[in-house]
Amino acid sequence: MFEVTGVSKTFGDLQALREVDLSVQAKQTTVLIGPSGCGKSTLIRLMVGLVWPDEGTVTYEGQILTPANVLSLRQKMGYVIQEGGLFPHLTARKNVALMANYLGWTEDRVDSRIETLATLTHFPADGLERFPGELSGGQRQRVGLMRALMLDPDVLLLDEPLGALDPMIRADLQSDLRSIFQTLGKTVVMVTHDMGEAGFFGDQIVLMREGEIVQIGSLKNLMQNPAHQFVTQFIHAQRSPLESMAPGEIAK
Amino acid sequence: MTRTHDTTTSAKFTALCILFCFLFCTSTQAQEIVVGSKKFTESVVLGEVLSHIGRSVNASVTYRRELGGTRVLWNALIAGDIDLYPDYTGTLSREILAGENLNDEADIRARLAKMGLVMSQPLGFNNTYVLGMLETRAEALGIRTISDLKRHPDLKLGFGNEFMDRGDGWPSLQNRYALPHQNVSGLDHDLAYRGLESGTIDVMDMYSTDAEIQYYGLRSLVDDLQHFPIYNAVIVYRVELIDRAPQVVREILKLEGLISEKKMMAMNAQVKLEKKPEAQVAANFLAQNLNVQVKIKTETAGGRFWRHTWDHLTLVGISLFGAIVVSIPLGIVAFRWVRGGQIILGLVGIIQTIPSLALLVFMIPLLGIGGAPAIVALFLYSLLPIVRNTYAGLHDISVGIRESAAALGLSDWAQLRLVTLPMASRSILAGIKTSAVINVGTATLGALIGAGGYGQPILTGIRLDDIGLILQGAIPAALLALIAQGLFELFERVFVSRGLRLKGEINA
Repeated sequence: MFEVTGVSKTFGDLQALREVDLSVQAKQTTVLIGPSGCGKSTLIRLMVGLVWPDEGTVTYEGQILTPANVLSLRQKMGYVIQEGGLFPHLTARKNVALMANYLGWTEDRVDSRIETLATLTHFPADGLERFPGELSGGQRQRVGLMRALMLDPDVLLLDEPLGALDPMIRADLQSDLRSIFQTLGKTVVMVTHDMGEAGFFGDQIVLMREGEIVQIGSLKNLMQNPAHQFVTQFIHAQRSPLESMAPGEIAK
Repeated sequence: MTRTHDTTTSAKFTALCILFCFLFCTSTQAQEIVVGSKKFTESVVLGEVLSHIGRSVNASVTYRRELGGTRVLWNALIAGDIDLYPDYTGTLSREILAGENLNDEADIRARLAKMGLVMSQPLGFNNTYVLGMLETRAEALGIRTISDLKRHPDLKLGFGNEFMDRGDGWPSLQNRYALPHQNVSGLDHDLAYRGLESGTIDVMDMYSTDAEIQYYGLRSLVDDLQHFPIYNAVIVYRVELIDRAPQVVREILKLEGLISEKKMMAMNAQVKLEKKPEAQVAANFLAQNLNVQVKIKTETAGGRFWRHTWDHLTLVGISLFGAIVVSIPLGIVAFRWVRGGQIILGLVGIIQTIPSLALLVFMIPLLGIGGAPAIVALFLYSLLPIVRNTYAGLHDISVGIRESAAALGLSDWAQLRLVTLPMASRSILAGIKTSAVINVGTATLGALIGAGGYGQPILTGIRLDDIGLILQGAIPAALLALIAQGLFELFERVFVSRGLRLKGEINA
């Protein structure tokens, strides 16, 4: 679906990506993970053409992404950021419908599509007329997802979509998201810094550090055959709450 | 078909020709003149006298009264915006043409001829500068001459703003008499009499024909070193006026030698102390001295109010509308084009620092006097708040929102139209509101260059020391500013999305 070939990118003095190669498989969920500043966000933004590589190319279904074709290619991609990136001056419905209206969809088509998406994302119907400022964090994220799915894109790109949510809502949305991905069978690229979340979603996990990819594989693969000491360190750096308890205590 | 068409066209054409000829012929038949005057009473009265004479020979007269200072008049005369105005020989030789060594009236006349201007013979009075003090105060300190002031270096001197800067004004006077005074302030000439009376200042500059000299019982200090030149009142006019309006010129020159010092002082006193309208005083003078009878159009208070209101609204409306149309795109450009943006913001910022009066005067050589230069100046003043707020409104939108809009696949223009501009609308409207309020206030200065508006009664009120008249301009101007503010707030309620006014608004 995506082929990233020899991509380097610097922002001022900061080398965000260093000769990165990555192949994203269709209908799979690829998770980009790594510590802050590893380049995972830059990589996903390259795929939607929000930043351009200094060297190398990004190819989407055989077409090299260029400023000339990026507008039409973006309509085949859905992009969601932390907090949803909703436009505060538009209601939830208008946020979702913005692009479809821009492309001249009929009102009926827009409404029925929004209805389908609201059901899919478990978004309450009465929330559609509210402004983002009147929605909870989880609801905003669902609206962001609906907006990304509106044109029925082939690819979903999610940049830390659940980062700002509290744990209960987050767990809820995680299960909802996974079932949505499974129902729709879309190609998904997701950025996260949470190894648990990566394991929960990812068919393929891409672990990055300092602008380079350290290892690509399933969670099991990463745990059993770490390519580098860093892989093991990173996986173990994230504690489970259960670890802090004595083994016997849990049973009680 | 074609024939009929041709016939109608040619008929229309003929009609048009006749119409044009009619307009053209009538405009050449009536002599058109534009009279100007400075913003002190004597000049305004003389301007009325000139206008009355013009009308008495059926010329179509436009009277630009109370323009804000010698330079404004002079520039307007040179540019042809006015045809004639009353001035003084001393002002011409020492101020306007200072540094050209013009020693007598013949010199001045020769110099003016080179510029296509003509100066009449003196009208009959010398209105020179004198320094004045309250009689009691001068007596107590034993001051009779300007030289006597040297013995009292602590006296507070207050001079008209023009006197402070003129070639023959305070700097050269101080030099000539070696006056040691440090406490010298510039203030409006008409307000200075009040200052003298209340003791805020001890010495002021006066015109020797000022009515207040007698009224307040002031002592004129003797110019013992003969510093001040002679200020014979004259009429200065453009030479082509002789061909264009020969009858007017002939009649006006009858004023030469006709106005004695006593007559002028009497006219000044009628206006300033008896509060008679200048037009009436001028008409009485003409009836008594030249046997010219003029009918004075008296305007009702209501009519005057609506005229000022209309003038003011025109100034504010056009300049603000123009500023909105230009500033929002400028703000967008400033935001999008990073390096050029700083230049744009810098430039509109610099414009804002030019004193408003100076900006108005700069406009005269380009646009003449009246509404046009005032509108352009107000337009320039209104740019900064709108440009800056448009820029800031766009700048404050988070990267996440902007990237989300781009990632949808919207074109640059669509992102601006559908997302970023609506999000910046509140900030932009706030900028427009600020501009409107500043504009309404600054427009009152337009009266100084003949643009009318609420500044006119304020200016006249200051000149005539008439608080009521000042309030007739000041109160409506303040109300208009409040109304403008209210309107834009209403506008904000209707046009700015409720989503942007929510308390828990997510970070834009």
